[in-house]
This record gives sequence, structure tokens and C-alpha cells, in this order.
Amino acid sequence: MSGIAYASSWGAALVRISPYTFSAIGIAISIGVSVLGAAWGIYITGSSLIGAAIEAPRITSKNLISVIFCEAVAIYGVIVAIILQTKLESVPSSKMYDPESLRAGYAIFASGIIVGFANLVCGLCVGIIGSSCALSDAQNSTLFVKILVIEIFGSALGLFGVIVGIIMSAQATWPTK
Amino acid sequence: MYGFEALTFNIHGGYLEAIVRGHRAGLLTTADYNNLCQCENLDDIKMHLSATKYGSYLQNEPSPLHTTTIVEKCTLKLVDDYKHMLCQATEPMSSFLEYIRYGHMIDNVVLIVTGTLHERDVQELIEKCHPLGMFDSIATLAVAQNMRELYRLVLVDTPLAPYFSECLTSEDLDDMNIEIMRNTLYKAYLEDFYKFCQKLGGATSEIMSDLLAFEADRRAVNITINSIGTELTREDRKKLYSNFGLLYPYGHEELAICEDIDQVRGVMEKYPPYQAIFSKMSYGESQMLDKAFYEEEVRRLCLAFEQQFHYAVFFAYMRLREQEIRNLMWISECVAQNQKSRIHDSVVYMF
Repeated sequence: MSGIAYASSWGAALVRISPYTFSAIGIAISIGVSVLGAAWGIYITGSSLIGAAIEAPRITSKNLISVIFCEAVAIYGVIVAIILQTKLESVPSSKMYDPESLRAGYAIFASGIIVGFANLVCGLCVGIIGSSCALSDAQNSTLFVKILVIEIFGSALGLFGVIVGIIMSAQATWPTK
Repeated sequence: MYGFEALTFNIHGGYLEAIVRGHRAGLLTTADYNNLCQCENLDDIKMHLSATKYGSYLQNEPSPLHTTTIVEKCTLKLVDDYKHMLCQATEPMSSFLEYIRYGHMIDNVVLIVTGTLHERDVQELIEKCHPLGMFDSIATLAVAQNMRELYRLVLVDTPLAPYFSECLTSEDLDDMNIEIMRNTLYKAYLEDFYKFCQKLGGATSEIMSDLLAFEADRRAVNITINSIGTELTREDRKKLYSNFGLLYPYGHEELAICEDIDQVRGVMEKYPPYQAIFSKMSYGESQMLDKAFYEEEVRRLCLAFEQQFHYAVFFAYMRLREQEIRNLMWISECVAQNQKSRIHDSVVYMF
């Protein structure tokens, strides 16, 4: 073992969890929670868009951009999940609880959480703005472009998450045999 | 939790909110009213209205139009919009929308009972009822002799039943008692609606509390002014005031002892929002009070649309449409009777 003494048995228990468990959970969160955020945003925008388009049919084609921004959030989650799963490698069981293995496992886990939750809030943000955008556009068509700018800033949040997640996943180097 | 309605409101309410905002965009603007005020006769009015959302409702009317026809068809549009929204709504929005109807039900009940007292025909009265306040067995109201029978025969099956507990006496129905009954019912209805909105919480309760408080205060002032000089005692008058609103409880105590309009003005000027209303009128003038209250109500209703993800937009839309129908009725009457100089006395502009 590593020879480090732990103050509590909880600490010992935590480092005995396999790094592959953490990696798998990280990958699952990255795709699962991103898709949750995208879906949430799409229904918030979509229901308002449909209702507003009854009285003002001209808004439909332009306001699909809001739905596309929400969808992009799900695609970020898929991309990062695919990248993360390529980072998984097998290590011999003697080295499975080495600090280097643990570090790789935690890096993938952290990357997954970062991407998942950043995309969750990004999807929500873009969805709510998209709903207001559709309703405002139906009343006054000059407002659309101005609100779109706000939406673009909102969708940058997901991009931040992806960037940091990919940087984290570069830390995931397993010990060589 | 207040502030986070945006996350879940659209699940059940997003589509209907978007629809009601679409309807709001179809309300008549100042430019439309200016065009209507220039009309020479009712056919001109029909022509101008055909360019608005009322067009499809008025286009099949034969040419000698009456003002009542215009008002009836415009009310029909309101009822159609309401029914479309009600059939798509889920709880708790459907309860909220149902509450909007109870005020009209109370008005219809009072209309039929008063009309029966003055020996009018029941069918004629039913035709004059507001369509939003209709319920089954409304015609049976003509049979009742006193309030207990009224309740037992008809009203116990309607949503108005819980509002009757304060009204049940065996007294015969005469004009004064009917007015007291109307105000007692309306007081119970407003308090119930207020409690319901408080339970909903969030932006709905905040905006609706403001709108309902204004309604309660306005009714308190109207009850006071209308009962000056009648046999209504101070205690009875105080029982008709609702137990919420800006004037509750101290304003009510002062209003209960008022004996003329200047005293009412003195009481109301202590409250800043109402001081603004009363300052528009010179002393001794009460005709403009109604219009001043309507203008303030319209201002608050338009503000309800500034926020998204709450139910108060539905209430605001229904009230704004009703105000618009009142405007149209006034304009049509002035045009039909050739008194166009008085048109601006009573038209409340919205946007």
C-alpha cells in the first residue's frame, strides 16, 4: 500500500474505491446531466414558441435558433463523454490503487462533473431566454436580434465547461505497466 | 420558491401564457380608439372593427346594427378565448381561471333575482346575463322567495355555495337586501380568491395580491359612497368591507363613519396611491371617480404583463378585455345617439 496513515477509516475507505468507478460515474454524469440541461431548455423555449407562433407565425423560423443553442449543449456532453472514454486504460491490479491511478480516475470524474453541470445551467439559461425571446419577438420584431445577443452570452457558459473539462481530462494519465 | 418559477412554469403553463400574450397584442390601441371616435354611425364602427381581432365576429351581422349586438359579439370573443384557455389548462391554473368567472356568476344571480322582483320575464333576463357567469339551473333562481330558498334550491350545487354562509337569513328579497347580498357574496369571493393566490405563492401571489387589494379598496370606496344617505348602518357597512387590502383595517374604520364625499376624500388622501387618484378631481366632483379608478386599474393590469411565468397575466387579460368592451359600448352609444362630444368622458385608453 502507499504507506500513508489516514486519520479515519472513511479516508481509507475512499481511496479503496476503484478509480474505474469514479471514471465511469464521471462519464455518465457528463452525458446524462448535459442532456438533462438541453432537454429542460428545449421544452421551456418550445412551449412558449408554439403558443406565440399561433398569433404571429412569422417568428417560427428565426426562433428555432434558441432551440439549436440548447441542442448544442447536449452535443458538448456527447463529445466530452467520447473523449473521456478514450482516456480509460487498463492497469494491472497491483497498480490499481497507486496514487497515479487514483489521480487519473479523479481527473475523469471531475471532468465529467464539470461538463455535466456547466451544460445543465447553460441549457436552462438559454431555454429561459429563448422563451422570452419568442414572446417578445411576437410583439415587436426589432427585439429579436437584441435578445439573441444575450442568448449567445448564455451559451458561452457551456463552452467554458467543455474547455475546462477537456483540460482536466488531459491529466488522466494511468501508470504504465 | 419565488424567483425560480422559470424552471417549471412552462411545463403546464408555457403554451397558454404564450397564447394569452398573443391575445394581449390584439387589444385595441389609442390609434384604434381615435379611428373609432371619428365614426359617424355604427356601420363605420363595424368597418373599423373588421380590421381588428373582432372582425370575424362582426362580419356576418346584418346592416341595421344595434349597440347591444356589437357588445354581445365582442363579449362572445372574450368567452371563446376564455373557454379555449380553460379547456387546455391543468391544475392549479384551471382553478385560477375558474375563479375569474365567479364574479360574473354573482352578477348574474343578482340580475335574475332583481329582475324577478320587478316582475320581468325569466327568459329575457337570462339573455341579459353575462355568458361567462352562466351555470345550469340558473333559471330556477326566479322561483326562490327568500335567501334560504335561493341557497337550498339552486346555489348549493354551484361554486358560489361556500360564499353564502354569511348571507343566510330568512328575510324576503327586496332591493336593499339584494344589494347587501351582492356585496357580501363578492366580499367572500374576493377573500377566497386572495387566499387561493397566497397559496400559489411566487410571482402569481405577489401580483395578484396587488390587483385584488386594489379591487377590494375600490369596492370599499364605492360601497361607502353609494350608501351615504341610505338606511345602511355603520356596522352593516363595515361588514361589507373585505379583510385585506391597503385600507384594512384602519381605513375601513374611518370609511365606515363617513357621511359625505369630502370626508371619503379626506380618508383616502392618507394613502399615497389613492391620493394620486383623488388629486385629479376637484372638490365636490364624484362623476370622474369611476373613470379615475378604471384608469388606475388599467395601469396596474398592464404592468402585470411585464413579468413572465405567472398566472396573473390571465386575470389581467380578462379584465383588460372587459374594459375594452365597456369602451366600445360607450363609443357605440355616443355615436348612435350623436353625442360625440362626450366620447372622451369615459373611454380609458390602454396602450
